[in-house]
Amino acid sequence: MRQNNSLFFTVLTLLMILVLIAAIAFGAVGILPAEMISAMSHWFKAEQSNSIYENVFLQLRLPRVLLCAITGSILAVSGVLMQGLFRNPVVEPGLIGTSAGAAFGASIVFSLSPFMSPVFKSILGPFLVPIFAFIGGLAATIMVYSLAKNNKKVSILPLLLVGMAINAIGLSGVGLMTYIARDPQARSITFWNMGTFSGASWFQVFVTGFVAIVGIFIAYQQGKKLNVLLLGEQEAGYLGVEVNKLKTSILILNTAMVSVATSFVGVIAFMGLIVPHVLRLLIGSDHRKLIPASILMGALLLTLADMGARILLAPSEMPIGIITSIIGAPLYIFLLKKYQFNQNDLEL
Amino acid sequence: MITANQLKYTIANKKIIDTISVNFLPGVCNLIIGPNGSGKSTLIKLLTGALDNYEGEIAYYGVDLKTYNKQSLASCRAVLSQQTELSFPMLVEEVVLLGRNPFFEFKPNKIDLEIVNEVIDLLDLNTFTKRNYQSLSGGEKQRVQYARVLTQIWDPPNGAARYLFLDEPLNNLDIYYQQLFLSIAVSLLNENTTLVGVVHDINIALRYAEQLYILKEGALVINDVPEKIVEGTLLNNVFNINTQIIFHPTTGKPIVVF
Repeated sequence: MRQNNSLFFTVLTLLMILVLIAAIAFGAVGILPAEMISAMSHWFKAEQSNSIYENVFLQLRLPRVLLCAITGSILAVSGVLMQGLFRNPVVEPGLIGTSAGAAFGASIVFSLSPFMSPVFKSILGPFLVPIFAFIGGLAATIMVYSLAKNNKKVSILPLLLVGMAINAIGLSGVGLMTYIARDPQARSITFWNMGTFSGASWFQVFVTGFVAIVGIFIAYQQGKKLNVLLLGEQEAGYLGVEVNKLKTSILILNTAMVSVATSFVGVIAFMGLIVPHVLRLLIGSDHRKLIPASILMGALLLTLADMGARILLAPSEMPIGIITSIIGAPLYIFLLKKYQFNQNDLEL
Repeated sequence: MITANQLKYTIANKKIIDTISVNFLPGVCNLIIGPNGSGKSTLIKLLTGALDNYEGEIAYYGVDLKTYNKQSLASCRAVLSQQTELSFPMLVEEVVLLGRNPFFEFKPNKIDLEIVNEVIDLLDLNTFTKRNYQSLSGGEKQRVQYARVLTQIWDPPNGAARYLFLDEPLNNLDIYYQQLFLSIAVSLLNENTTLVGVVHDINIALRYAEQLYILKEGALVINDVPEKIVEGTLLNNVFNINTQIIFHPTTGKPIVVF
């Protein structure tokens, strides 16, 4: 069993590296491995390079692929955490309002930016977007959770229905904001609804990377407690887990990660559904394995999807959310059919 | 030793537990019976602290339950609940190992795994340690949960006091496992071990209980040894049926027939 797992992790890691390199190489401008290496060495020596390929690699392709990989990891881990928390396999950030709330928060900053230029020019400026996204994401998540809760129980159906309603509020908020925004990127409503990595920058890579490392590390440390929580809140309490503390900390961590990513790339639905589902079939439900595996597989799949978004309709580019939804929505329907009748009233 | 003093529990003006004062001694098989809706499960949830908005006092060896922290309680107290479902696939051995959660930081050590194996043997779970918990029958799930609960109090640190609560543990079990469950519980008893269980079957209760507690409408009607309980018409009144008492030909224990 253990040997199988280490083989599984090795294969998954190699596949992910392969996909990342392929994603860097392919695109409107192809980049050869030799150019990647030479660009890196120029960068290490702090030299300016004149090669257009090296500049595409350093300024466009590399940050894009990295942002995509980090976002993929965040969304996949987030799916695992939310499903563990709600003890429910059909929950993910795109479905229960977190992403839409975060997008709303971020879009407010974009549309207000012309009116508050002094703040934007300050050191805080670049961080306003992720901070507002976090506030929006947290508000939406808490709202969905408390509205769906009835008599200490959260049933699947109310959770998804309330999630839909809060999603609609969040996304129409985004719509309103994009309508009054002046920033050209913020004006693209497809950007928020469907997600895209076309605007990736090194700043975004560092911010999401930092939040992801801290968030996922802390979540991983709670892996053992999350396993116990699978028995239900009462049993977890009998086994010494401070359930409310655990829930609050995971909910905040998770919202922070998802919100920051969403504020840069928009709402990408279904990633948090696909990855945990496949991984549970392959390696079981132990969070101490599920979280690391989700990091790898989330990065792998979303990078692959982004490559598809760039290449399939080249030279134009399609929103990545189209690809994740085409794969994720049928799986979602399958999961709903499978689970709706036999356990729609799990006691939390 | 577990003590409840003037215990009351009310939901929406309905008295679920109505002023119960009781003392469960260690080393004795304490079993609770009572008609449906008499508050048996609620009493267990109160005594374990799963419900904490009660009036009155609950104490373990004189120390108020509310002053214990969950972590330290988990290393000496286990509770078998009525039904535990999982929303995700898990191997039987993984579920049993969850019982050792209070004792290891991140990875189980050798002792944890030894205890898990020992208890798995005890409940004849050897042949399905690698099966998915969700695919088991009700009785099999119950055995797995009992194994998990037993690993939790198998070896309390420094021989400290330990507590075992069983809330209708025999649901879905065939007669062999009903006997096995209670004999295991009884075999754990010593001067440091307090056992409180709710059972449904009156004859099982009379057979295993050393102190029998009868609840009706949230109140404690009587607690006594089984031989005293069967005297008079008490059982008839509580359960609202006509009963006759006979005695087991070899053990001499009372048996209710109806």
